[in-house]
Amino acid sequence: MSEGAGAKSAAASNADSEKEQYLSFILGQEEYGVNIQKVQEIKGWDTVTRVPYSPPYVLGVINLRGSIVPVIDLRIRFGLERIPHDATTVIIVVHVPGERGERTVGMVVDAVSDVHDIAAEAIRQPPDALGSVERVFVRGLACLEGKMLILLDVDGLVLASVSGISKAAA
Amino acid sequence: MSLDLEMEEIVKVFFEESFEGLDAMESGLLTLDAQADRETINTIFRAAHSIKGGAGTFGFLEISQFTHSVETLLDEMRNGMRSVTPDAVQVLLQSVDVIREMTQSAQAKRPIVTVGADALSGELTRILAQKGASTTATGGDRSPDPSAATPAGMQLAASGAANAATPFVGTQAPVVPIAVPLDSIAGWRITFTPEPTLFQTCNDPLRIFHELTSLGSLDVSAHVEALPAIESMDPTLCYLSWTLVLRGQVEHARIVEAFDWVEAVSKIAYEPLLLDAVSGEAPKPAAAPAAVAQPRQSAAAEATALAAVPATAAKTSGDAGSIRVATEKVDALINLVGELVITQSMLGRFGEKYESADLEALRRGLIQLSRNTRELQESVMQIRMLPIGFSFNRFPRLVHDLSRKLGKKVELKLSGENTELDKTVLEKIGDPLVHLVRNALDHGMEMPEARLAAGKSETGTLELNAFHEGGSIIVEVKDDGAGLNKARILAKARERGLVQPDELLTDEQIYNLIFVAGFSTAEKVSDVSGRGVGMDVVRRNINDLGGHVQIFSSEGRGSTIRIRLPLTLAILEGQVLRVGKEIYVASLVSIIETVQPTRDNLSSVAGRSELFKHRDSYLPVIRLHEMFDIEPDSRDIAKGLLVVVEADGRRASILVDELLAQQQVVIKSLETNFQQVPGLAGATIHGDGTVALILDVPGLLTNFLERQSGRVELAA
Repeated sequence: MSEGAGAKSAAASNADSEKEQYLSFILGQEEYGVNIQKVQEIKGWDTVTRVPYSPPYVLGVINLRGSIVPVIDLRIRFGLERIPHDATTVIIVVHVPGERGERTVGMVVDAVSDVHDIAAEAIRQPPDALGSVERVFVRGLACLEGKMLILLDVDGLVLASVSGISKAAA
Repeated sequence: MSLDLEMEEIVKVFFEESFEGLDAMESGLLTLDAQADRETINTIFRAAHSIKGGAGTFGFLEISQFTHSVETLLDEMRNGMRSVTPDAVQVLLQSVDVIREMTQSAQAKRPIVTVGADALSGELTRILAQKGASTTATGGDRSPDPSAATPAGMQLAASGAANAATPFVGTQAPVVPIAVPLDSIAGWRITFTPEPTLFQTCNDPLRIFHELTSLGSLDVSAHVEALPAIESMDPTLCYLSWTLVLRGQVEHARIVEAFDWVEAVSKIAYEPLLLDAVSGEAPKPAAAPAAVAQPRQSAAAEATALAAVPATAAKTSGDAGSIRVATEKVDALINLVGELVITQSMLGRFGEKYESADLEALRRGLIQLSRNTRELQESVMQIRMLPIGFSFNRFPRLVHDLSRKLGKKVELKLSGENTELDKTVLEKIGDPLVHLVRNALDHGMEMPEARLAAGKSETGTLELNAFHEGGSIIVEVKDDGAGLNKARILAKARERGLVQPDELLTDEQIYNLIFVAGFSTAEKVSDVSGRGVGMDVVRRNINDLGGHVQIFSSEGRGSTIRIRLPLTLAILEGQVLRVGKEIYVASLVSIIETVQPTRDNLSSVAGRSELFKHRDSYLPVIRLHEMFDIEPDSRDIAKGLLVVVEADGRRASILVDELLAQQQVVIKSLETNFQQVPGLAGATIHGDGTVALILDVPGLLTNFLERQSGRVELAA
């Protein structure tokens, strides 16, 4: 998290190309990571338009330079306590494969912290019981300087979150 | 240098005019079929003459020489020295195709291939040699020798009438059964080389491969050598060929069946893999001479077809994605821009010096600016609007060729060719229409004898109509053929398990079964249609455009396929509504009026369903805040506004808190990044950058009625 760690990991990435970069962010007491390849941009809070029949964790849609982009609140998705959104709320915009080409989706998190280089062998399988986060959306756990990073499977998470408004909902 | 450039411009004009001339020749020739009138022949002759002259001037000798013999034939017809025979018309039509191909080659600056032209020249000479052949000879004795260098299409035409019982004639080489005992077969190696135009015949190799996987395990390797560089690639062409290795004891006939549909447009070789060969390290082709199933065309036809490959391949470079715009539309735009400039200069004044007395002038200027902007936007949208005639144009030729091939007599009637459609819609509607027309000709239309037996005129009528209805465009494909056979569709659906044996279906539900993928009731699969591939694609394409398809049919009297399409995909004339803190946009087209309800004209049924008395009818009240779970200003209907809407012939009133502006909004898809939401047609972006959702009024009504069903009988 510190600047030193960032610099160190950047240096390590040059030495070892096997490593992948992860963007870490904070949600409640935990720190999560997403593959940086999936991240398009990080933006501040914007007016979100609620969409009827959406599950509670889909806050609605925003205008991202002319595209309509849905926004998921990861706190609600992972069953954490809701906190009000304000100017400091951060949206990580990711792109994931969808049926009709790439989808762009925003994820609301508490704060973005750092970029880490993580080698594939440093990623461990998550235990079956993993608290609030559904096991299927966790790609693995990585230990960094005594800290645990929960690496998310963004594709699976987003796909499960922005589809499934059934006709029956009407 | 500048001379070169100038020359380039002139040549460009020549090509444009030539293609126009060829189109004119084609449509002229097609009308000649019905009756030969002097003026039409003159028009065709003049077009041919200009092409010949131009081609000679610019040094395209191959084109001018070939066109010369065409011109000679036309000249004799024009002078009355020769009567117009269907045979000659057919050859002339072929010639148009050949000239078009050569011109395309010349345009793409590629060497002009004359294989097709040479083949046809012989044909033209033959006809010209028949001095005074003023009476039409019968097809049989005049049909060219199959071994002669003649394109297949012509043979089809020549022998088509004689051989009407089998729709697909030509030098039909039946597939030679391969004499290898089934139990020694371990698999097949299939070399599949389709013509580049494979996709244009609406075939998808993947479907074939998929079909093969149901027979055994399949290894597919594609040959990509023929792929051109990306900039010269035409995405509508197939540059690939494949080698397939199918493992399993499969009868030869089963594989041939899978390729049946594409056989006419590809080269396919089948090699059996013998059992002991497979048990070795790698499967080797059988030593026995492998039987090669030649396409059902003569070798010469193949040569022409192959010669046509480069001609079509490079068609794309240059004019892809361009629009031809009527001059008056451009003039209107220039006028509007002129006005905009005037308004701008008027408003610009206020930037320099502003006094409070100018307020009124400023306000007027702004009104003018908004009017200019709106008109400009409309005019720009108009540029995207093209007459549907562009899409209809291909049908006279298609119907002509196809009805000949099938031995049916069909008259094509077009109406509403000038109805304008968005370019995107127009491009995407072409393929579905081709499917529908082919279907109508193949399945709908009966053979002349059957028509006579049914007491109908020998010649069937196929109509293509386009017209406006409300905010939509309707395109109809209407035939007076046999109609859909409900009993057969139902039987087939039961057989396939799509419908339960005891299930009762309405006519509409039965008709809709034909849209199920892979569904076909054709007794015999022909190369025109019958594979059950297509109708599902038709419906999907149309749904993607925001349109929908309806089928009307009456047995023995014909069927009508009705396609409803939105005028444009991009812009919606919208009414902005507010419910609580949320803003929605409804299409103005669906709104009849908005009323302030009073308690007198409200009533409720069974204490739950609310009805609003509008004029003489009772309309259900849709509480938008309940449908969408919004906190409204007030739950009291009398304190809100009722928007009376109509969709699909049904009316209802929607309760909202307030009406805001009426404005044009740009429709954005919710599906691109999110998903379809019931009751919503999309989203749009407001001036302040926030997103507003667009109501799908028909969908909303359907949802509401489904919720209500069982609770109350709907008021009419």
